[in-house]
Amino acid sequence: MKIIVCIKQVPDTKGGVQFNPDGTLNRGAMLTIMNPDDKAGLEAALRLKDQYGAEVTVLTMGLPKAADVLQEAIAMGADKGVLVTDRVLGGADTWATSTTIAGAIRKLDYDLIITGRQAIDGDTAQVGPQIAEHLGLPVISYAQEIKVDGDSVIVKRQYDDGYHMVKAQMPCLITALSELNDPRYMTPGGIFDAVNAEITTLGRADLVDVDDSNIGLNGSPTKIARASDKVKKGQGEMAPEDADPVSYIVGKLKDKHVI
Amino acid sequence: MDFTLDKKYEMAQTLFKDFAQNEVKPLAQEIDEQHRFPRETVDKMAKYGFLGIPVSKELGGQGCDILTYVMCVEELSKVCGTTGVIVSAHTSLCVDPIVTFGTPEQKAKYVPDLASGKKLGAFGLTEPGAGTDAQGQQTKAVLDGDEWVLNGSKCFITNGKEADVYIVIAVTGIIEKRGRKMKEISAFIVEKGTPGFTFGTKENKMGICGSSTYELIFTDCRIPKDALLGQKGKGFNIAMHTLDGGRIGIAAQALGIAEGALETTVNYVKERKQFGRSIAQFQNTQFVLADLATKIEAAKLLVYKAARKKDEYQSGAKVSYSVEAAMAKLYAAEVAMEVTTKCVQLHGGYGYIKEYDVERMMRDAKITEIYEGTSEVQRMVISANLLK
Repeated sequence: MKIIVCIKQVPDTKGGVQFNPDGTLNRGAMLTIMNPDDKAGLEAALRLKDQYGAEVTVLTMGLPKAADVLQEAIAMGADKGVLVTDRVLGGADTWATSTTIAGAIRKLDYDLIITGRQAIDGDTAQVGPQIAEHLGLPVISYAQEIKVDGDSVIVKRQYDDGYHMVKAQMPCLITALSELNDPRYMTPGGIFDAVNAEITTLGRADLVDVDDSNIGLNGSPTKIARASDKVKKGQGEMAPEDADPVSYIVGKLKDKHVI
Repeated sequence: MDFTLDKKYEMAQTLFKDFAQNEVKPLAQEIDEQHRFPRETVDKMAKYGFLGIPVSKELGGQGCDILTYVMCVEELSKVCGTTGVIVSAHTSLCVDPIVTFGTPEQKAKYVPDLASGKKLGAFGLTEPGAGTDAQGQQTKAVLDGDEWVLNGSKCFITNGKEADVYIVIAVTGIIEKRGRKMKEISAFIVEKGTPGFTFGTKENKMGICGSSTYELIFTDCRIPKDALLGQKGKGFNIAMHTLDGGRIGIAAQALGIAEGALETTVNYVKERKQFGRSIAQFQNTQFVLADLATKIEAAKLLVYKAARKKDEYQSGAKVSYSVEAAMAKLYAAEVAMEVTTKCVQLHGGYGYIKEYDVERMMRDAKITEIYEGTSEVQRMVISANLLK
């Protein structure tokens, strides 16, 4: 079985979010991590590898520095890394990103594609299902458990109030939740292998069946008008201890012409 | 001279740091209080290969090097000195001598299980009447047919009751050297469960309380003839070689404890307020922290240098790392003691309370000046090399 896991290097929000003067994220100034949902997807793939035997290829799109996240995945046990990087691919929204990644995946052999549900930087949850759509594959989102049954996968699909058991024939695409599992650590020996592992780099010219009008900033229908950090709310106001709470609040609301 | 670390070491540090924070730190206070060996942590470390870091892949290890191993002990010790010494004693004192002096059969029999963490290792040299003074050894091994018969006891043995494989140093005869009668010392591999091999009292220690420190007792304990490690009569050299490596591990443990104490204290002084401001704003605090950080950095360079030197040796270079190891251990251990003592002082009364990590760290630090050769012994090693 051949599994492709799509992973993304995202800012580590624990270290604080920083912006450029133009409102875009200053990615260079922030520490990065493997997106948690993607890491759960990778762990799911590695468990399938442990259980059934599989070749796990990790794929990411980003700056050359994004190769770090591929090395981390290889140190955890992935077999191969593919980096899709090209200046003309920059500034992509979910549409252009999924078009690009689908174009790269068309070059590869696979039975199963696993992506994270969503990335903690964009929070769209669109790229995984869009890749499946571009490739004409069935997609099962929000996977919490994955089993292989012959040439099919059986996936437990999580909802707030229950779950679905969904069976799909491979090839197909699954999006994983970080609740799916506790991802394993790297191993020291895995790290030593990973830094010497060959990472396949793909550029614009390598993408299969991709039109220029669908890639990069120009191929992105989404236009960001402005981005901002969370605005701190003003200080709360304490009611005097002797005030009648109801009439005090009603008075405040009247002052603000709410009522 | 290049002081930047390769990417693989940065990644390894991240791994060890994450593991220490998530898996080791939450248990540190509990195992100290309960004097409980953290078996669950050892199992997790085994799963991720931490018990065979410098061992070749052919022998079932991770195929990394001493520097990576040292970083592992350092990061673990930042949050828990006990966990650091479990890895250090296992790797340096048991796995290393078998890899270095073992026959191909001994290596095949023991190293894969030890490197994968399926089995844990320990080392028995110290006796009630003999530590560094090897001639004071009382434990005897007598060849009887195809078996060695061991009699005697070893004390203060790290991983004591928890280990499965033990390197045991014993007297195998009397030899004449330069007209003087001397004890002939040899090394053996002894497995747990061998009839006649039992455990004495568990030591009730000041620090590293989760570490399992026991007396090993041998009463007509019969082990196979081929349990001899290295040549007969070379046990003293094997023990000294083993301790040279072990000292780098303990130096890393001391370094880690010092770093952990400083890290905790830097956070504490920013939060603790006295006279209307954080105590970090007092110049005394600032100067003390500056001195401690500087000494830690110096200790780190000595420890990493010693690790590098052993790595050179492992790759076949004809170099000795004995002095580097002694200097690293001497300095890092004394820095650990100074740093933890001053960190307790900066914590004031809270530093004396067990809820605060620095209290444990100060107790854990003390042993690094004592075991695997006291600071005085390190000074003997260093000066003997100067005056030879």
